[in-house]
Amino acid sequence: MKIIVCVKDVPDTESNIRITHDGKGIEQESVTFILNPYDEFAVEEALRIKESIGGEVMALTLGLQSAERVLRACFGLGVDNGILIRDDNFTNDPFLTASAIASYLKNISFDILLFGKKGVDLNYGQVGVMTAEILGIPSVSAITKLEIGKSKVLCHREAEGNVEKLEVPLPAAFTAEKGLNEPRYPSLKLKMQAKKKEIQVVEAQKTDSRINLVKMEYPPKRPEGKIIEDNPEAASKLVDFLHNEAKVF
Amino acid sequence: MDYFLTDEQKEIRNLARQIADEKIAPVAIEYDEKGEFAWEIVEILAKSDLCGLYIDEKYGGLGGGVFELCLVTEELSRACGGIALSIAATALGAFPIILSGSEDQKERYLPDIAKGKKLAAFAITEADAGSDIGAMQTTARREGDFYIVNGTKQWITNAGEAEIYVVIAVTDKSKGPRGASAFIVEKGFPGISFGKKENKMGIRSSATREVIFDDCKVPKENLLGGEGKGFIIAIKNFDHSRPGVGAQAIGIAQGALEKAVQYAKEREQFGSPISSFQGIQFMLADMATQIEAARALVYSVAKAIDSGQKGFAKESAMAKLFASDVAMKVTTDAVQIFGGYGYMKEYPIEKMMRDAKITQIYEGTNQIQRNIIAQALIKEAASKKKK
Repeated sequence: MKIIVCVKDVPDTESNIRITHDGKGIEQESVTFILNPYDEFAVEEALRIKESIGGEVMALTLGLQSAERVLRACFGLGVDNGILIRDDNFTNDPFLTASAIASYLKNISFDILLFGKKGVDLNYGQVGVMTAEILGIPSVSAITKLEIGKSKVLCHREAEGNVEKLEVPLPAAFTAEKGLNEPRYPSLKLKMQAKKKEIQVVEAQKTDSRINLVKMEYPPKRPEGKIIEDNPEAASKLVDFLHNEAKVF
Repeated sequence: MDYFLTDEQKEIRNLARQIADEKIAPVAIEYDEKGEFAWEIVEILAKSDLCGLYIDEKYGGLGGGVFELCLVTEELSRACGGIALSIAATALGAFPIILSGSEDQKERYLPDIAKGKKLAAFAITEADAGSDIGAMQTTARREGDFYIVNGTKQWITNAGEAEIYVVIAVTDKSKGPRGASAFIVEKGFPGISFGKKENKMGIRSSATREVIFDDCKVPKENLLGGEGKGFIIAIKNFDHSRPGVGAQAIGIAQGALEKAVQYAKEREQFGSPISSFQGIQFMLADMATQIEAARALVYSVAKAIDSGQKGFAKESAMAKLFASDVAMKVTTDAVQIFGGYGYMKEYPIEKMMRDAKITQIYEGTNQIQRNIIAQALIKEAASKKKK
């Protein structure tokens, strides 16, 4: 079974995010980059499939040369090899990313293509399904379970508290939802070896962008909360607050 | 403070910290209450290669030393001193094999310890032989290709859970301390059994039991370093392991400090957070300063050992002594800052005070550490005089 996991390095949500001067991106220096948390589920699922039925797991990322760090993080988890589709003018446009990934993958054979359901940086959630669409293969988004059969797979999705079960022939693409599995911690030994591991680099095929990022802005500051002290007058104070200050009634 | 860790050491520390925060901290109180051994955590540590940091790469370890062991022990102890002990006590059982084992013994035992597949333990203490190792009653007599071991070891950390035991037993009573020998005993050997689990004040998730030898047959190939070397092996072992106790103490103290700072910011009395009161501020400042001083000492000693310094019994004792006294003081003050809440089991802080206490007692009481330090000082002075 050949499994390809598409991964992205995203700013750690605990980092202090600062918007660049031109308002078109974020300052890279002050940020720690991590493997996108949803991609962790995808990588874990790929490794589990390999461990149960055998095969090979390749991690793929697209971006600046520096994005190779996310591939090394994958090696530390047990991924066999990695490919960086390099784009020196990487713009976070999901269509461009999907087009470049698809144009690389169309010449490569694989059985399962895995993605995280979205990147926690911009939350587009489009690259996985777009890539599958361009490649002309079936895709199921936000899966919570994956069972591998002989020529097809059964996967689960959560739908309004119910479970939707879908059968899909291979090759197919899936995007991972939280709960698909519990990702492992890296192995220190694999992490050490990962530093020396060869990464294949190819240039991204460029397509014209159809999205123009106009401006990034900080969210407005939240007004300070108000505490109504717990005493016999609390209820009437709360009603008064809701009527006259918050004006919810 | 920046201790100029290598990238590799930073990765070790960060991974241990992540596992401590995500996996150990949420279950620490539960394991403490139940007094159960945390195998689920040991398995996670094993898969991440944190069990074999100090073992040579040749035997499947990461090729680090005492310093790397200290880093991981400290980080795990921040979340739970008891769970961290399973790894540190394994090192105490593994060091004699690393330091005095034959090639064959190393090949047979170290790879499984390095992988975290098996835990180890060191069995020296007896009911009447604590600080006074010379009073040891456990014996080993040679019979053909075997040694027959008889006696009972007490308060053995990891007992029952570990597969590999390094046991000190008397092979020649007439020679006193020079008549003790060290053996590698497997859990599966005939004649070894375990007493009841001790009900302890702290480090309750750690397994502490008697190890009982009743005509236990140990192959002669499992004698470590030759007959009569038991005492030296034990001393060398403690010299290597004591900074690890120091690291455990720093970890517990650091965890308590972090919780105390957080609590002081949130707890309001007289209309303001108690962190705004100078009385609390001074306590926090002292706690942090003491921890940093202890850490600097433990790290320096660990690095000196790894860089091949000859004779470090004194420094090793200092690291254990100072760090454990700091941990006791810091955790007691942390409970004080929490006030009445600190005394309640619902809050994690009283556990840290209970866990800290053992670091002043085991691997040689702090009084024994002071003996070691003083004896070294007097010996050094005497040797200077001769010149």
